Amino acid sequence: MSQHKTHKLNRPGEGKLTKFVLISVALVFLSVFLVLPLITVFYQAFKFGIQPYLGYLSDPMTISAIQITLISATTAVILNTIFGIAAAWLISKFEFPGKKIILTLIDLPLTISPVIIGIIFVFLVGVHGYWGEFFASRGIKIIFAVPGIVLATTFVTFSFVARELIPHMQGQGNEEEEAAILLGASGFKTFFLITLPKIKWSLLYGIILCNARACGEFGAVSVVSGHIRGLTNTLSLHIEILYNEYNIVAAFAVASILTVLALITLIVKKLMEYSESRDLEALEPAIAEVKA
Amino acid sequence: MSILIENLTKKFGTFTAVDQLSLTVNDGELLALLGPSGCGKTTLLRMIAGLENPDQGTIKFHENENQVTENRIGFVFQHYALFRHMTVFENVAFGLKVKPRSIRPSKEAIRSKVFDLLKMVQLDWAVNRLPSELSGGQRQRVALARALAIEPKVLLLDEPFGALDAKVRKELRRWLRHLHDELKITSVFVTHDQEEALEVSDRIVIMNQGKILQQGTPEEVYAHPANPFVFNFLGNVNLFHGRIENGEANQVGFVRPHDISIEVTPNGLDRFEAVVDRVFSIGNLTRVELKLTESGRFVDSEISKETFDKLQIKTGDKVFIKLNKIKVFQADQNQPEYSI
Repeated sequence: MSQHKTHKLNRPGEGKLTKFVLISVALVFLSVFLVLPLITVFYQAFKFGIQPYLGYLSDPMTISAIQITLISATTAVILNTIFGIAAAWLISKFEFPGKKIILTLIDLPLTISPVIIGIIFVFLVGVHGYWGEFFASRGIKIIFAVPGIVLATTFVTFSFVARELIPHMQGQGNEEEEAAILLGASGFKTFFLITLPKIKWSLLYGIILCNARACGEFGAVSVVSGHIRGLTNTLSLHIEILYNEYNIVAAFAVASILTVLALITLIVKKLMEYSESRDLEALEPAIAEVKA
Repeated sequence: MSILIENLTKKFGTFTAVDQLSLTVNDGELLALLGPSGCGKTTLLRMIAGLENPDQGTIKFHENENQVTENRIGFVFQHYALFRHMTVFENVAFGLKVKPRSIRPSKEAIRSKVFDLLKMVQLDWAVNRLPSELSGGQRQRVALARALAIEPKVLLLDEPFGALDAKVRKELRRWLRHLHDELKITSVFVTHDQEEALEVSDRIVIMNQGKILQQGTPEEVYAHPANPFVFNFLGNVNLFHGRIENGEANQVGFVRPHDISIEVTPNGLDRFEAVVDRVFSIGNLTRVELKLTESGRFVDSEISKETFDKLQIKTGDKVFIKLNKIKVFQADQNQPEYSI
């Protein structure tokens, strides 16, 4: 009986009222801040029906914005995947002076305001910047051109892949790679046959986050792009222009593309977490044994 | 293949892991590197494998007196280091599959070789399993099969049985010995377990603080330890301090527990009076902990159950002990005092 009584003791958060209030607050918050805006995007986009919606999307300016966004996001993802793996490899497999500084530098793009990143690039490679002369004399245009957008996007999204990989690679150690090398595998084969399969989930996860951020980047790109329609406008910049021209429906129609992309990112991420947890489950007996 | 190591030194920051070490591993022998953790034995093994670069010194491999540069090394890790995303078959086949196309065996040849190896380690039933589906002992056997697949000239094992439970360890130890007798590959294995080293190896190298303290066959090092450290490391030991026989000061006598016999009444002059403190039996062996009346120090004696029953002693009884064999070393100020 006494045991029954202890169960009835009021623990914080166990009361029915508390539960109700907490759930309600969470639901209201989610609806106001997440669901409502999401619905608004699509409601506004389809305000005049499906035909005008498709019309806004097939507008040459929109197509060009999609192309530039794709170019900059793809380049940023490819570069940051290579840099990210290299940086993570360096940090997790080697000991050297200045390692902490590199670790901090990797986080830098996340902590600086994107606008400042844009301005830094203007100062560095703009026509009147430090190296502006160098590029201008060779006929290379970076600022107010696509290379600038790619550069800014790559910088802003630099951290994602490396940050995902480092803790994972540090936790896994080097023994499997050492075993592969001793069995005669080249560094190249060791990477593709041993390391890559080991890190594939965190790598994909980092790539997806990097891609999502690259597609949606606004601040840094806004500074370096020059907003030349059809030439240097990305999707997010195009949305801003349309909105400023009071072309609200068109703005929301284009915004719906980025929204769908965000939703797809979320779904893919969720699916990957599921697959990874299944992979981990298969490893659990091994982990338990090593710990014992 | 023999291995010639000369003046090898390896430092990690200010810590000297291996200190001016020279050693020859003879062709076909099974050599144990024995020492406490942190003594440099694993670093030495990793340098032989080429996983670490020495700061100084050389490691040379010789085949029939000729120095060879290309050598195949099989390495077995303490925690197996199996490729976790590959099946047992793929793990063992890895070393063959990554060979350059020109010298790579055919698919069928690889297949039959992997099956032969897995049969040898008695795991042919597990070809399609993942490492995570095997026990520790089974995984280590897969790791060994994988290392042997490339037909190594030298086999290096880093605490191969360290992560396994006592029973499996004993079994694998015996199995490794048989395997070595069969294949005759020059092998070096690292261990901190003296029993393992004494039981399995042809020759033992005892290391401490990056240096070799003694090397020899298991019988030699056990019977004639070169210094107190080796004596202490190779088994339980009792210490007797003080002047011994010739009057030289600061000497320490080392006596193994099985070299101390117990008498109820003294049968001679060189007996020490002691009180029985604790008694426990494991199988046919009885261990008696005694407190010396004179110095208050504790000593251990190991006698057979039969002898113990004849003595009819119990905790608190006054007895006399006789040291049957004593090894005297000059007391070293630098060595910490060993206690049991």
